[in-house]
Amino acid sequence: MMNRLKTLLNKIIPGLFGKRKHMKIGLYGPPNAGKTTLANRICRDWLGEDVVMGTASEIPHETREIQMKENIHLKKKGKEITFNLIDTPGIATKIDYEEFLKHKMNKKVAKERAKEATKGVIEAIKWLDNMDCVVVVLDSTTNPYSQVNITIIGNLAARNIPVLIAANKTDLKKANVKSIEAAFPQYPIVGISAELGTNIDELYETLTKLVR
Amino acid sequence: MLTLQFIPFNEIESLSSERRIAKLLGIVKKNKIVLMQGRLKPTEETTLIERTMEEVNKEFKGIELCTVYPTPEKKVGTQIKQAMVKFLVGDREGLTIIGPATIIKEIKRNPDKIELLTHTRGLLGRK
Repeated sequence: MMNRLKTLLNKIIPGLFGKRKHMKIGLYGPPNAGKTTLANRICRDWLGEDVVMGTASEIPHETREIQMKENIHLKKKGKEITFNLIDTPGIATKIDYEEFLKHKMNKKVAKERAKEATKGVIEAIKWLDNMDCVVVVLDSTTNPYSQVNITIIGNLAARNIPVLIAANKTDLKKANVKSIEAAFPQYPIVGISAELGTNIDELYETLTKLVR
Repeated sequence: MLTLQFIPFNEIESLSSERRIAKLLGIVKKNKIVLMQGRLKPTEETTLIERTMEEVNKEFKGIELCTVYPTPEKKVGTQIKQAMVKFLVGDREGLTIIGPATIIKEIKRNPDKIELLTHTRGLLGRK
């Protein structure tokens, strides 16, 4: 309770409880929404062509531990922010090792991956309290009214953490950014393709406006 | 056989968040689908996911969760009235559905409709 109050006051009056460290911007969302692809895009754009956050893959729960890149200086239209970027494991309510068997894994590897994935979900939830701002990455080709999306966004609202929604995978035919806008009308939403870099500048601009 | 268990709000309102979640998860782990009056707080929903992940094993693969909630009123007067009711009697509005992932394959939700898709495998295996 005291920690939350401190965090809130620090957000209102930066530096009240000691020197403010770099803000933490987290990438949250369900598995396979493209969080790591977006993290890699941000790293390449602002830390250098050869810098990546992690491996992106079509297999769910590829990211099973929190990944962080520090000191990212983002400059857009005269506005500048410095932050630590945190890529989190996808949040899910169920994990079945048999799903991984479909991706040509043997039973032992699949079970181990499932076990690590459950820990990853717990870790991602625990880190929510540390975030100063969150980019919720959603797959714009899927139904946005999933409980995981609603729970993540509801939690961020309850914690007074600013939210930006990245409606990812707009390069795909089935993409429907409007359905995400209809589902979450109270939040800024930017349609992007993290894979191709489409509209990524608008995402950066919206982010700088949101966290300043 | 598919068992649905209704939990009225007054059955959980006096419980702490942890006990509330333990109760709901306990029912779901008995392969029943919970229909709960009202909804959990957002932080309780994440705690429910955390506790679920801690319990995942060979038999228990997790949960499917869905909350149905009336569209918030746009009129300020009604909003204040609803907030006061919520403060006095708790968040009884809406309905929460929680079921084991071995039985519920997916809960498809559009703003005004819910479709509950079940695994035939999970149902056939039950007495």
